[in-house]
Amino acid sequence: MSDAAHNSLVAHQFDDARQQQEAATVGMWTFLITEIMFFGGLILAYMIYRNQFAESFHAASRVLDVWVGCFNTCVLLVSSLTMALGVRAAQMGDRKKLVLFIIATMIFGAAFLGVKAYEYAEKFEHHLVPGPTFHFHGVPGHEHAPNAEIFFSLYFAMTGVHALHMIVGLGLMTWLLRKSIKGTFSKDYYNPVEICGLYWHFVDIVWIFLYPLLYLIDRS
Amino acid sequence: MDTTSTVERVSATGIISDTIRTNFLNADYGIKSWLLTKDHKRIAILYLISITVFFMIGGAFAAMIRMELITPEADVFTSEAYNKVFTTHGIMMVFFFLIPSIPATLGNFLVPVMVGARDLAFPRINLLSWYIYVIGGLFTLTALVLGGVDTGWTFYTPYSSTYSNGYVMLTGIGIFITGFSSILTGLNFIVTVHKMRAPGLGWFRLPLFVWANYAASLIMVLGTPVVAIGIVMIALERGLGLGIFDPRLGGDPVLFQHIFWFYSHPAVYIMILPGMGVVSEIMACFSRRHIFGYKFIAFSSLGIAIIGFLVWGHHMFVSGQSSYAGIVFSLFTFIVAVPSAIKVFNWTATMHKGRIVYSTPMMYALGFIGLFLVGGLTGLFCASLGVDIHIHDTYFIVAHFHYVMVGGSVMAYLGGIHFWWPKMTGRMYPEGWGRFSALLVFVGFNLTFFPQFIAGYLGMPRRYHVYPPEFQIYNVLSSGGALVLGIGFMIPLIYLFWSLKYGEKAGPNPWRAAGLEWETTSPPPTFNFDYQPVVDHEPYNYSEIDARSSATVSTHSVQEEQHV
Repeated sequence: MSDAAHNSLVAHQFDDARQQQEAATVGMWTFLITEIMFFGGLILAYMIYRNQFAESFHAASRVLDVWVGCFNTCVLLVSSLTMALGVRAAQMGDRKKLVLFIIATMIFGAAFLGVKAYEYAEKFEHHLVPGPTFHFHGVPGHEHAPNAEIFFSLYFAMTGVHALHMIVGLGLMTWLLRKSIKGTFSKDYYNPVEICGLYWHFVDIVWIFLYPLLYLIDRS
Repeated sequence: MDTTSTVERVSATGIISDTIRTNFLNADYGIKSWLLTKDHKRIAILYLISITVFFMIGGAFAAMIRMELITPEADVFTSEAYNKVFTTHGIMMVFFFLIPSIPATLGNFLVPVMVGARDLAFPRINLLSWYIYVIGGLFTLTALVLGGVDTGWTFYTPYSSTYSNGYVMLTGIGIFITGFSSILTGLNFIVTVHKMRAPGLGWFRLPLFVWANYAASLIMVLGTPVVAIGIVMIALERGLGLGIFDPRLGGDPVLFQHIFWFYSHPAVYIMILPGMGVVSEIMACFSRRHIFGYKFIAFSSLGIAIIGFLVWGHHMFVSGQSSYAGIVFSLFTFIVAVPSAIKVFNWTATMHKGRIVYSTPMMYALGFIGLFLVGGLTGLFCASLGVDIHIHDTYFIVAHFHYVMVGGSVMAYLGGIHFWWPKMTGRMYPEGWGRFSALLVFVGFNLTFFPQFIAGYLGMPRRYHVYPPEFQIYNVLSSGGALVLGIGFMIPLIYLFWSLKYGEKAGPNPWRAAGLEWETTSPPPTFNFDYQPVVDHEPYNYSEIDARSSATVSTHSVQEEQHV
């Protein structure tokens, strides 16, 4: 057995660092496929109801603030950029830059959640949260939406599940930050940064779908 | 590797000396060494114990159902209590026994050994999956203790989302959590099979058990998240008042059925595919022949996994879905029977001109083929649109799916447990008792469920505890059969425990079987092999094995040769 050749960063079940890295990467991609199926259920429900209640969805979507959503999209895209730069820094073995970019990613991620919280609060204020107090006024010219409550049910379910993924992402970033400050990662061992990055980009891409689906219906 | 202690040679006849050898069971002692283990074999044992507990709970509820149904009147339960009883039976058996049964125990134990790896790709995630399973189970058991849930294991809306007074949320959370244990197991298998195979072990040299678990893993990974999000939507609806399935807001309760069956039909294949893998192994070993049509069996597993995702609507022929959709779903359901039939034909062909040994595992495997055949063929009745209108929601359906799930999965599970028991524990079970209980299970099973086909065809609806007196004879037969079946399940439980202490020592390969798992010692050491296995031959080379008098097959390592 090649135990002697095992360094402490290669787990006992793997033969070498390369096998470990490949396994971790395949594992994360497989996990992301499950995530696609997870969001897929919600997107299916969205497609069916949007098709069925087109008018309500158009009117209800207008209530969402497209610019706040746009701002948040930008924030998230920038966080993806800093994440990618972080992975690059890890590959180059640049610890200082890695720490910096992880912190930047966390700041942008938290900013996204902050804006989302603001949006949620606003919905509560305007009685747009599904339930007994739900009351839809709409915007001038788009007041008629008998099925707006379904739209907002989906809005909260989809963005809520997405926000939950963001929170998990921030948890992963905290873990990465601790490890990178300790100097665990190097040119030879940066796989955790890479696969956490995959997760982060995935959550980003989900938002890239959610934003037009929820905010940009019939904006022409 | 972990061979610092006494390493003794295994003689050519497979008899092991009495020297105590380090294996995964005696490598470490104490409760902590089990609860914090990362060894896939120990995790498999943890799973084995916990799913047995859930099987017994589910079985107890089955006994209550059969007790109530002996007479046409309501003797024991009120209607609501009866609803809770059959719901609990379904939830326990489906989510906490059948789905994890073979993959999480036998699969967990054997997949890494069969591919010649030291462990699964992610041992910590593997342990996590067991904890997730137990936590999910505790949630569901808590719901049960508090008062239970009465929606049926299918949680149909709007009953589950609005009207039911049971602990739907708590049960739902339990099942949601448990789903992740299944996803993680599937993920681990997929990565392990892709990335951890021993040198020389190409895809078409893999044991069919590995192929079957790989196919089941694909379903776990692709299907489970969908039912998870369905349960989240119900929870949001019940708990927070969101209205995705609420007809008052324009929502469609049938959408839940679609989402639910999108997972829960393929879930049936999660239950049966690993069972088919077990049967392929047993068939080849006890017919002493190369498995007939290896590639057909391997690809039919993938075929079932893929086509299985396109048939869910056959549960909904009377739900009001479009009749065109019904036709398509019916067609695909007929098509998915083809790969299953391919397997049955190949197993039969494997036995043809084989030297069949009627050992306990083989008896379970033969029972599997017979019962799965009945279950599968009656599935075609159910898949036919016109016939299904007549038998929908009757005992015919109940009998059909029990033939597949109990007659199929549970028979294969028991067969597999017996087949690999010597490998897992190092001890033989008592063969006579094994055959006797296999026979008892087969007879008891048929007595329980065959009358249900007749009762169902004559119109007895499922999920009722009060029924017209003319159905009593079928129900009495069925309840009597359930008793026999119950005894048939209890006997192995007793003698397998007994064998742990008093069973004959097994040696590395008591069946003279092919496959990497039989080349290592029984029980295997913590890292499975004391050397790096290299595979240089085709699988199921039984003619070669029998030609040689030696029990060990021809994989080797440089190190081994040096020892010899």
